[in-house]
Amino acid sequence: MFGWEFPPFKSGGLGTACYDLTKGLSRQGVSVTFVMPAAPEGANAEFVKIIGANNLAKNIKVRKISSVLAPYQSFSSYDEHLKQVRLLTGPKSKSNDIYGKNLAEEVQRYAIVAEHIAREEPHDVIHVHDWMTYQAGMNAKRISGKPLVAHIHATEFDRTGGHPNQFISHIEYKGLKAADIVIANSNWTKKNVIEQYKIDPGKIEVVHWGIDADSPHYHLGQKSPFAEEKTVLFLGRITIQKGPDYFIEAADRVLKYLPKTKFVVAGSGDMFERMINRAADLGILSNFVFTGFLSGADVHRAFQMADLYVMPSVSEPFGLVALESLKNGTPILISKQSGVSEVVNHALKTDFWDVDDMANKIVNVLAYPELHAELKENCTREVQKFNLDEPAQKTRAIYEKALSIRR
Amino acid sequence: MVSVCFYFQVHQPFRMRKYSVFEIGKRHDYFDDAKNIEVLKKVARKCYLPANQVMLELLNKHPEFKISYSLSGVFMEQCERWAPEVIESFKALVKTGRVEILSETYHHSLAYLFSKDEFREQVMLHKKKVKELFNATPQVFRNTELIYNNEIANFVEGMGFKGIIAEGWDPVLGWRSANFVYKPKTTRNLALLMKNYRLSDDIAFRFSNKGWPEWPLTTEKFTQWVNNFNGSGECINLFMDYETFGEHQWEDTGIFDFMRHLPSEILKHPDNNFKTPSELIRESKPKDEIDCHNLISWADLERDLSAWLGNRIQQSAINRLYALEKEVKATDDPEILEDWRKLQTSDHFYYMCTKWFSDGDVHKYFNPYDSPYDSFINFANIMNDLVLRVKSYEDVDKAASLGEVKSVGMGKAL
Repeated sequence: MFGWEFPPFKSGGLGTACYDLTKGLSRQGVSVTFVMPAAPEGANAEFVKIIGANNLAKNIKVRKISSVLAPYQSFSSYDEHLKQVRLLTGPKSKSNDIYGKNLAEEVQRYAIVAEHIAREEPHDVIHVHDWMTYQAGMNAKRISGKPLVAHIHATEFDRTGGHPNQFISHIEYKGLKAADIVIANSNWTKKNVIEQYKIDPGKIEVVHWGIDADSPHYHLGQKSPFAEEKTVLFLGRITIQKGPDYFIEAADRVLKYLPKTKFVVAGSGDMFERMINRAADLGILSNFVFTGFLSGADVHRAFQMADLYVMPSVSEPFGLVALESLKNGTPILISKQSGVSEVVNHALKTDFWDVDDMANKIVNVLAYPELHAELKENCTREVQKFNLDEPAQKTRAIYEKALSIRR
Repeated sequence: MVSVCFYFQVHQPFRMRKYSVFEIGKRHDYFDDAKNIEVLKKVARKCYLPANQVMLELLNKHPEFKISYSLSGVFMEQCERWAPEVIESFKALVKTGRVEILSETYHHSLAYLFSKDEFREQVMLHKKKVKELFNATPQVFRNTELIYNNEIANFVEGMGFKGIIAEGWDPVLGWRSANFVYKPKTTRNLALLMKNYRLSDDIAFRFSNKGWPEWPLTTEKFTQWVNNFNGSGECINLFMDYETFGEHQWEDTGIFDFMRHLPSEILKHPDNNFKTPSELIRESKPKDEIDCHNLISWADLERDLSAWLGNRIQQSAINRLYALEKEVKATDDPEILEDWRKLQTSDHFYYMCTKWFSDGDVHKYFNPYDSPYDSFINFANIMNDLVLRVKSYEDVDKAASLGEVKSVGMGKAL
């Protein structure tokens, strides 16, 4: 399995998804060799510990290759990211320097390493996650001749709000075309893949994500620091895909009715500055709290202190983070342009662009405790239907199908 | 002798338009006329007009054939405004003298549970409308969604009605059968007619269900089931939504043909006939007393009120609404009063029901909202505007903020 991030070293939901999938597959008796670009040494230790704690280490093997690949980077932010990785990994990690400083070159190098791994590591199926790994997967397939399963968590159209980078969308297209089976994480993603890349719908399988049924993180009991005020949370990368600008506009409207409301923004990204500037222009900056990027237990604390989690994504292939919110007992307002809205009923839903409707719903949830309580009770019950075994079972069945096609 | 007693419920709510929090205090038009016209015209085309045509033909063909209807006031009002031909077709039926009109609350409301005064006023409004349109005076009462218990029976008897209609729910009937006329335990003379829900639902719900072992349902088969009660029952009360014909069961299921041929099939048996509720009450002596303390309805497997009042948002919304009664009536503003009443229609609370929502079974009934929560939000926004209008009469603070509105509305509700 070729991925690029694994908890706790991750910048988005994909690391969590890979972690959950490998964990679930391991329970299904599938041995996974997980290949990922460089992770800091400390992160790796923690990773082993996490897996070990759940007694799953025997089935999962992590292969690291040194790289600074980060899937959600634009070319312009790549240099910035490189600096951050160096800060994280420390000055001694010279290994990063053996790879090129541009993203295209990184992808190529990752793909070359993949050939070696395909030779060394025994495997039956090659499973790749998103465009960064597609070339690696195609190379590995050329070497071993094993079936290729291309998982699509987000298309370039999703990430860029409809302004794809041609280089990336070309790799995405090639990978999806070359795959024996494509796994889309929602019908929304499936639809996008069909429309954008004309991929044969017959070879696309939809596997909705699940979530850990329980975790100590769900029970941290974090209270909001704002005794009087209600708290609305935005949590995610601050990029065009996630719709932070719509969140600001909705907040401005909410504050006309409930002027004390606090808006917590957890995450980082290239629209961070723009978001702050817009809030300042509207004169509502004092109602905002910016936490920066959160990871681990802090993510759960953020959910627990919020009265409502808002996910105004312009295009959200799935949106695992919405399930995390529900697991922490926090009702959600999610955009209809998301995969998760296909599978969660007890949620408020809106079109990402309809900031009036978004504000209308936020105001009402905050104003009516009974509405909040009803949502909370029902969503807490509904989220129990999600687990890690179902997506893993479906994935295993897809492997078997891929193998039967190849035979 | 078995008498078949048909009662059809006819109702359409005034659905609300999408009303945002930003419109509170600015716009006071709450209802989605375009949508309501669209639905009414569609159902008129698919159900009311063709079904009335079938009924008229049957009445003309069989002098023994009789039926009854309960038309909600908000239904009649919409027809008068947007589909007068539907009213005319009902008038033609009533003119035969063999079609009884029953009584209900004008606004198809749950008013009995929240305000007896309001309940009485709505029943009177309905009575007036029926008199005006059909020159008839209803003698038998059916409460919204057949919500019933002893106390309601007593109250209705006090209002002068001869009979009341309820669900023939087994836990209430005990060892008794629904196929007789009864008397509520606590009333003096009021008669109680109980729905035979198995036979009623065979037509209303199961008619087109291909997974049902009895599918396809023929008039012969159905009549055989009716005949089976000869000797063990006096009446078969077939109570159902009129929209069964053509709307819930589409025309291509054969539902109209079924109805077209049912009376002649039933009348083949010399001991069978048709009666209206009033005739049944007049001609049959109550077989026994029925004691019903708890509220029942004709809804769902539970036959309870949980579809309208089962969760917090439903209770909050309806409590706030009725808490406003005194202030609304004190304004003496007919527009405010009428808007307040139209908000009472039970459908608005049904849309807020969350109990089936997890199963994705939200479209069990035509619901204009994507979710029960959206429905509550819309209702709450409109309520807030109504509170502002009421408050403007109280001359307390014409430019009340949302915060103040809330404290009035919700404070009163508690």
